[in-house]
Amino acid sequence: MKSLEELKAIRDKMQGQVGLRAESEAGTRVVVGMATCGIASGARPVLTALADAVAQKQVPDCAVTQTGCIGLCQYEPIVEVIQPGKEKVTYIKMTPEKALEVVDKHLLRGQVITEYTIGNALK
Amino acid sequence: MMTEISLNILDITENSTRAGAKVVHITVEADEEKDLLVVIIEDDGCGMSKEQLASVKDPFFTTRTTRKVGLGVPFFREAALQANGKFEIESEVGVGTKVTAEFQLSNIDRMPLGDINGTVHQLVIYHPETDFVYKYIFNGNSFTMDTREFREILGDVPLNNPEVSEYIKEYLSENKFKTDNGKKF
Repeated sequence: MKSLEELKAIRDKMQGQVGLRAESEAGTRVVVGMATCGIASGARPVLTALADAVAQKQVPDCAVTQTGCIGLCQYEPIVEVIQPGKEKVTYIKMTPEKALEVVDKHLLRGQVITEYTIGNALK
Repeated sequence: MMTEISLNILDITENSTRAGAKVVHITVEADEEKDLLVVIIEDDGCGMSKEQLASVKDPFFTTRTTRKVGLGVPFFREAALQANGKFEIESEVGVGTKVTAEFQLSNIDRMPLGDINGTVHQLVIYHPETDFVYKYIFNGNSFTMDTREFREILGDVPLNNPEVSEYIKEYLSENKFKTDNGKKF
């Protein structure tokens, strides 16, 4: 059974570490739309897949977050990748599988998957 | 429509966090004898005016400016009503909002509860500014998770710390199992 003692042990272990809260502005932000439109079209498994993969593959300086409606409901689930000094990339109609590709290609190797972007859909 | 009640809960609770709630109480109670599933989401956010409250069940009403429809509340309400249930929403400006949805547990048109642990975990991890009190009751057995209690122990360590996140995930699944013995509904 999970006890609160266990939580205390995690705290003691973490407290010694520097930069605990460091979600620096300089890093990559991966944002998943989590309004009614996103949720109804499957944003939750996409968010879970992204968060798990980013943690597991130890993508450096990268925070996965969620946001409300981006205003492009017909293209949900939407994932935005925001990196300093670069143009924002908007991926549309995402699935957990496509999300893993984004982690491997875009976040780890810096290759935008043009095929999944909104720019590609609007062409 | 959503495919699971837990996704409706996620969606409605997102509204609470966006309303600036400090604490959100989420209660899920299933009772097989009473043939009832009740979901209550109560927040201390900014609340709604009488006019807003009157129009919130209308899909073509929304406070947002990014689009013209607001389907969150209508979806949840529809899910309850189609399962021979009830839906109620109370709100007061400056006090908060309370949403209550009742479902007939055995109704063929009742959506499954779905991944409620996933919903609660996601809410806690991605809303570091909000506290959640989640109560889960099954046939009279219950457990409560209160993030204020976690925070008190954790001090500076945030709830979205990966190890804490994992702890919360396991905490939810162990306690849910202890409460409902793994019953799917």
